[in-house]
Amino acid sequence: MVEGLKKTPTGIRGFDFIADGGLPQGRTVLVAGSAGSGKTVFATQFLAAGVQVEGENGVFVTFEEHPKDLRRNMVSFGWDIPTLEAEGKWAFVDASPEPAQEVEIIGDYDFGALLARIEHAAHSVGAKRIVLDSIGCVFSHFPNLSRVRYELFRIASALREMNLTAVLTAERTDEYGDIARYGVEEFVADSVVILRNVLEDEKRRRTIEILKLRGTTHRKGEYPFTVIPYEGIIVIPLSAIELKQRSANVRVTSGNPDLDRMCGGGLFRDSIILISGATGTGKTLMVTHFVSGAAASGERCLLLAYEESREQLGRNAIGWGVDFDSLEKQGKLKVVCEYPESASLEDHVIHIKEQIDSFKPTRVAIDSVSALERISTIRGFREFVLAVTSFIKHKEITGLFTATTPTLTGGSSVTETHISSITDTIILLRYVELYGEMRRGVTVLKMRGSPHEKEIRELSIDHTGMHIGAPFRNVAGILAGNPVQIAVAEMERLDQLFTSVGS
Amino acid sequence: MSKYTLKLYIAGRTARTKQAISTLRQICEEELGRTYELAVIDILERPQLAENEKILATPTLVKELPPPLRRVVGDLSNRERLLVGLDLAVSDSPRHESGD
Repeated sequence: MVEGLKKTPTGIRGFDFIADGGLPQGRTVLVAGSAGSGKTVFATQFLAAGVQVEGENGVFVTFEEHPKDLRRNMVSFGWDIPTLEAEGKWAFVDASPEPAQEVEIIGDYDFGALLARIEHAAHSVGAKRIVLDSIGCVFSHFPNLSRVRYELFRIASALREMNLTAVLTAERTDEYGDIARYGVEEFVADSVVILRNVLEDEKRRRTIEILKLRGTTHRKGEYPFTVIPYEGIIVIPLSAIELKQRSANVRVTSGNPDLDRMCGGGLFRDSIILISGATGTGKTLMVTHFVSGAAASGERCLLLAYEESREQLGRNAIGWGVDFDSLEKQGKLKVVCEYPESASLEDHVIHIKEQIDSFKPTRVAIDSVSALERISTIRGFREFVLAVTSFIKHKEITGLFTATTPTLTGGSSVTETHISSITDTIILLRYVELYGEMRRGVTVLKMRGSPHEKEIRELSIDHTGMHIGAPFRNVAGILAGNPVQIAVAEMERLDQLFTSVGS
Repeated sequence: MSKYTLKLYIAGRTARTKQAISTLRQICEEELGRTYELAVIDILERPQLAENEKILATPTLVKELPPPLRRVVGDLSNRERLLVGLDLAVSDSPRHESGD
């Protein structure tokens, strides 16, 4: 029986997941991308993580940047290349251009010298990994395209013979055009990874796509990634793990007994609850109840706020009888307030995950997810919600998200449209205009795996928080944003319409 | 005439290498007489030297002295262009005037 291709974990967070374990061992992968798409970072991280995480030494063949610049540029990612070099775990082969020197080409030539240097470096550190960054540059040094292509092909086969897992980077001119310039993919056709940096609605979006990994499986499509200090590239796998989550029948309190009753006895522990409503309908109040409910049952809650400052939140909570400061002191609550524009959505995902990993809450509230909508494209936003949701569910955490609707009396927001299918429970908060007075209504629109009340009940707010009252009996059209009062006689007639059939 | 120091980097003894060596020897004898030093360095034996000198392609001829430093890549099959490349051309090239 033929043994399957072994894979080498790259050590790049998230990438090994979409590559189903890593890159094919001893093979060559072409990493293509436009300028600024992160090719050199990917390549360097592949080597650095190889040494630091997988214990595999590496060789960096640079055709573009001088090793001196690389050493300096990569410090910010926490990769101390000079130390690795001193320890004999990393070697450079410097093929960067010498600006002061012009080279005359007379007659035929080959890349025997380069190959000898690569072999020498690989032997000297006992390399398992190698990077050639970027091979397109060779074509600009040497004008004979077919000669260069042939020589690179020779080098690529030599790498395979040495059983080195290789990353070759190449430039692309077009985000959705040819794989790479100069037709370089022809000689490394084994595997191709594409890095993109696309401008969409005036926002930059980085994605990574594995086009092919010959002889092995991988996940299809573009995945967002981000580049952050002290870590480098982090690929954000989306819903891929979503369907594997267990779902428990354990119920937790929403912090309000009436709401628990409406939800058939409480919220499910590892579920995502979306609270949607116009501004001032009581979303942040529900979050506050969620926090105090968690604390009362000995749970820890992480509150991620993107709309209000810590002081504002604290003041509001005091107004409803909940003391955030003392809950924080007891370690039952952590409030993180951030301005949505302070980072990209991908960075927010990473940050949220870090907060969850360090604080280890059993509940997470995000107030509001729709505030994050404005810093991204619709697609990017959907991916963000998917990433956060699947992470939260994976950790068996209860997640409460709020979303602000654009109009006062109802309607749906972009957030709702795009994430409602991802959430397990949707609670709507709506203004109801009755006899010239604004009142609030609350209803449970859906709740997966549980019966729930279908009525729209009145919600009132006082200094002790929120109270859920009787259902609006004689009003129709609340959710449509157009409440109409129905006369009592008409209601009786409607009641009979349904009861008389069965009796 | 100042002394010439030339280094020819090769990767093994291939036909291309032999061609380059013989062309170079011939030109040196004819144009430089005894005033030259030619070292042939096989990179397969001494890869670190190629690393230090950043040699990429083979054969590569480096003219270390007299200045300016020059590099010529290839099998040196074009005599006229090699003479220009080594600042030995008798034609009225500006390089020649400054080098003499």
